[in-house]
Amino acid sequence: MTGSGLFQIGLYFAVLVVLIKPLGSYMAKVYEGTPNLLTPILRPVEKLLYRIFGVHSDDEMPWRTYTASVLVFNLLGAIVVYLLQRFQQSLPLNPQGFPAVSWDSSFNTAVSFITNTNWQGYGGESTMSYLTQMMGLGVQNFLSAATAMAVLIALIRGFVRRNAQTIGNFWVDFTRSILYILLPLSIVFTVVLVSQGVVQNFKPYRTASLMQTVSYDKPVVDSQGNTVKDASGKDKTEPAVMKEQQIPFGPAASQIAIKQLGTNGGGFFNVNSAHPFENPTPLSNFLESLAILLIAAALCYTFGKMAGDTRQGWALLAAMFIILIPLLIFCYYSETIDAPYVKNLGAAVTSDGNMEGKEVRIGVANSALWATVTTAASNGSVNAMHDSFSPLGGLIPLFLMQLGEIIFGGVGSGLYGMIVFAIISVFVAGLMVGRTPEYLGKKIESFEMKMSSLVILIPAVCVLLGTAIAVIAKDGVAGIANPGPHGFSEILYAFSSCANNNGSAFAGLSANTLFYNIVLGIVMLLGRFGVIVPVLAIAGSLAGKKHVPVGSGTLPTHTPLFVVFLIGIIIIVGALTFLPSLSLGPIAEHLTAIK
Amino acid sequence: MAVLRTSIVSLVVFTVMLGIIYPLAMTGIAQAVFPDKANGSIIVKNGKTVGSSLIGQPFSAPGYFWSRPSATTPYPYNGVSSSSSNLGQNNPDLQKALADRISALKTADPENTKPIPIDLITSSGSGLDPHISPAAALYQIHRVAKHRGLSESIVTSLVEKHTEPRQFGIFGEPVVNVVKLNIALDKLN
Repeated sequence: MTGSGLFQIGLYFAVLVVLIKPLGSYMAKVYEGTPNLLTPILRPVEKLLYRIFGVHSDDEMPWRTYTASVLVFNLLGAIVVYLLQRFQQSLPLNPQGFPAVSWDSSFNTAVSFITNTNWQGYGGESTMSYLTQMMGLGVQNFLSAATAMAVLIALIRGFVRRNAQTIGNFWVDFTRSILYILLPLSIVFTVVLVSQGVVQNFKPYRTASLMQTVSYDKPVVDSQGNTVKDASGKDKTEPAVMKEQQIPFGPAASQIAIKQLGTNGGGFFNVNSAHPFENPTPLSNFLESLAILLIAAALCYTFGKMAGDTRQGWALLAAMFIILIPLLIFCYYSETIDAPYVKNLGAAVTSDGNMEGKEVRIGVANSALWATVTTAASNGSVNAMHDSFSPLGGLIPLFLMQLGEIIFGGVGSGLYGMIVFAIISVFVAGLMVGRTPEYLGKKIESFEMKMSSLVILIPAVCVLLGTAIAVIAKDGVAGIANPGPHGFSEILYAFSSCANNNGSAFAGLSANTLFYNIVLGIVMLLGRFGVIVPVLAIAGSLAGKKHVPVGSGTLPTHTPLFVVFLIGIIIIVGALTFLPSLSLGPIAEHLTAIK
Repeated sequence: MAVLRTSIVSLVVFTVMLGIIYPLAMTGIAQAVFPDKANGSIIVKNGKTVGSSLIGQPFSAPGYFWSRPSATTPYPYNGVSSSSSNLGQNNPDLQKALADRISALKTADPENTKPIPIDLITSSGSGLDPHISPAAALYQIHRVAKHRGLSESIVTSLVEKHTEPRQFGIFGEPVVNVVKLNIALDKLN
């Protein structure tokens, strides 16, 4: 670890903490409908949109209608993304002439983007037309983020309202999330990214003549475009010389801005933010990593503000930071110690960190920082390849996803997950002392606990069962790239990522196959809507309850004691569920490599 | 039914707003304010496009500074297929690849006994990394100078000129842009 690396990490958190309160209180005003900075410009637009939608902003919804709106809207969104991919060859803005995407990959990608997962089985610059990128994927970057933010606000209303039948209006919460929060931030961020060198145009790829030509083995293809195998079953190749380089373009900056801010994470290019056109400079890297946590962190303050006690928001934030920072330092440390491949080379090389799969301008510290925050939040974009991290360095992102994407988590989704953990914590505490548990003045009873259990169990079952199926299935094992326990880690990582809607990958796994496209697609749907529906059910149930005044038997939920208790519950649930699987993967790999 | 109607209408409106107007407006602003950056930071020499200052290129001639190994297929630094090796640390294939790269460097410069900076033999995340560390550039000076018939001090000062410190003295790591350095090198002769 270097002083500069630690300083950059420290600066990152300092800037983040400073931004939490201003953005958080702004968002509280937005959702409460009170005048704010952008009201003079945006209020007329907002009203116009409601008129077009046929929505009366005062019309309140019971939780079932709210849920139905979420589900129908997202289903329609998935259909649009699917169709755009299937018909992109006949649609405009396809200068590279990409053919239609296969049905299974289109299904997987459509689900991936509506669920805010942004798992990518495809390579953007070699698969998707500009139109598919901007009208399908780019749009869902906004819509999936706004969906989760709306669900969070509905849950907060469940605590705030008393004896109420309704939890707000989905269309209003949703529209405000986009109009006042996601879109303005994205516009500013896009301009900053372009200033650093992120491309933003609609031009066809440009051809450059290489300064030095390259000789390589070109795969031989038959008339149908299939690769030809030689007698030993390997791809047949012929010597060839490459004199040119194709430089890829597209409307990238506008999509990258929202992919970071909305904790989406789906890259415009195949290697995501490791690509020099997606993340050209250390400054772009700093700001893109900041954008990953920004809204999710500030929403904690919004929560406290709307619940009438900002200490409640700070308490959840404190728990998030206390879990995140040690894991980050551990990940950074694991990436700086000499890897086995360095030790084997002895004096022939000098190394100050594991640079396989990392970019020089970004360096080890910022790669570890990004890997940790992108998996703490359900962003899943990468600026270095997690598959090539050290076994323990790679364990950190894996474990953070398995904790359920609640350490900041996705915008909206992270906090509603965290609130569910707070509910479970007060319940466990209540059991210990034999009192009816309460959280924020609402009694936590059997219905809330059943729903909370579903929120935790559904993604966990998807991860473990999915991994188990994949390591048994021939088609599952076929995708593995690295031998030994690391191959198991690749599969475990894929299911942890998809079930918790993260989207990052141990990218060696060949996941663009019928098996993985279908299975991971189903897992992403369950992990998203299997959580949203119970959360909204909790919101509906809580809203109907009366307020319980604070008494001598009330467990205060803003104290350090509660923060410690909450952290304990999170770690115990996560560790008990996933330690066995982690032992088979990264831990086994680490121990095997010790000589 | 009201839910379905509102869903369809709002999806259409947001698709137009966020999927067409937003990227077009952003492109308009980008092209007006940062045309060079928005169009890929292209380097043009004598009217010919020679590359982008952000996208690395492969070099294997001893008279050029070499870039980092690239894992793109089927040839290195394939601009339309960014990718990494995804090799795990304990994968024997990684160890073998490193040994091959070390031997290529040693063969090209047998007199050089200095240890090789690790970034020069490990493949980058994007397969398009335009940079190497300043140490990796210094390591190659002996070979480049010898094959170009230049004095080491001239090449060293060129490397120093192309060494970029941390951005604003704070962010990232110091780098040398290999494409720019080699263009400058060609100008010397």
